[in-house]
Amino acid sequence: MKVGVVTFPGSNCDYDCYKAAQEVLGAETVYLWHRDHDLDGVDVVFLPGGFSYGDYLRAGSIASLSPIMREVRAFAEGGGPVVGVCNGFQILCEAGMLPGALIRNQSLKFSSKVAHLLVERSVAPFTTAYREGQILRVPIAHGEGCYVAPDDELDRLEAEGRVLFRYCNSEGRVTDAANPNGSARNIAGIVNRAGNVLGMMPHPERAVDALLGSRDGVGLFESLAAHPMEIS
Amino acid sequence: MEYQIEIRVVPRRGILDPQGKAVHGALTNLGFPGVGEVHVGRLIRMDLEAGSAEEANERAVAMCRQLLANPVTEDYDVQVLAHAESAR
Repeated sequence: MKVGVVTFPGSNCDYDCYKAAQEVLGAETVYLWHRDHDLDGVDVVFLPGGFSYGDYLRAGSIASLSPIMREVRAFAEGGGPVVGVCNGFQILCEAGMLPGALIRNQSLKFSSKVAHLLVERSVAPFTTAYREGQILRVPIAHGEGCYVAPDDELDRLEAEGRVLFRYCNSEGRVTDAANPNGSARNIAGIVNRAGNVLGMMPHPERAVDALLGSRDGVGLFESLAAHPMEIS
Repeated sequence: MEYQIEIRVVPRRGILDPQGKAVHGALTNLGFPGVGEVHVGRLIRMDLEAGSAEEANERAVAMCRQLLANPVTEDYDVQVLAHAESAR
């Protein structure tokens, strides 16, 4: 498996993603530059966290128009797995590759802490290493992580089983108090209709070693390694 | 001809607007009576070369659709103000 991590101007979790893919999986990992026009034959694309283009206009809006995003979109349409973490999630929404939008946290504060996530679904290619109902401890660090979408879109996401992660408390209960940013229905991570594009605000790449306080992010990488997708 | 364009982008009504809420709270704390709903948006001012005011408007609307406003959370309106030269 070969993993590509896209670097936009202002990305700051690209190295974390790179290290996680390389060291946890032992996968060949390459950086892809935002101005590039090809994906270097990778099997998985990561859009990392950070503050691409200084969050100007709206978080992720300018990066969503980068040259590399044309290739990422084509890759996803061909079935290739794409993971957007934090700013990467914002970019995928702005690019229209995932529904909804991420707006300012309800608290108006930047929230940097460990969040509990409920694994809602164990599905290929992202979450098969987890069991449904499992509770993960994964860091969040964002100011614009409040997920919003029209009600009918939210209903569709739920009906189609496309909510993979929800914010919960340490007992796994999905409560308002456990919602760190005001996201609709405590949504922390969703996939597109085809199931091969994942966006999530929490940072699995920052939870891959006991030294970091949690290894609960490892499952995402292991799931990807176990389910290389057929890319057409 | 050069036109001056003003585009107002505001959070759509019904969409959570924590910034507007915070400003509402602060204004109320200052003692201003009668403050109802508050929304905080942005103003984009642009000089735009176009054949006519209509064409300038059309192009600005296309810009809003593709980049300047988020169709999920924001509404926008475009004003073609005047020729940029005479407005200065």
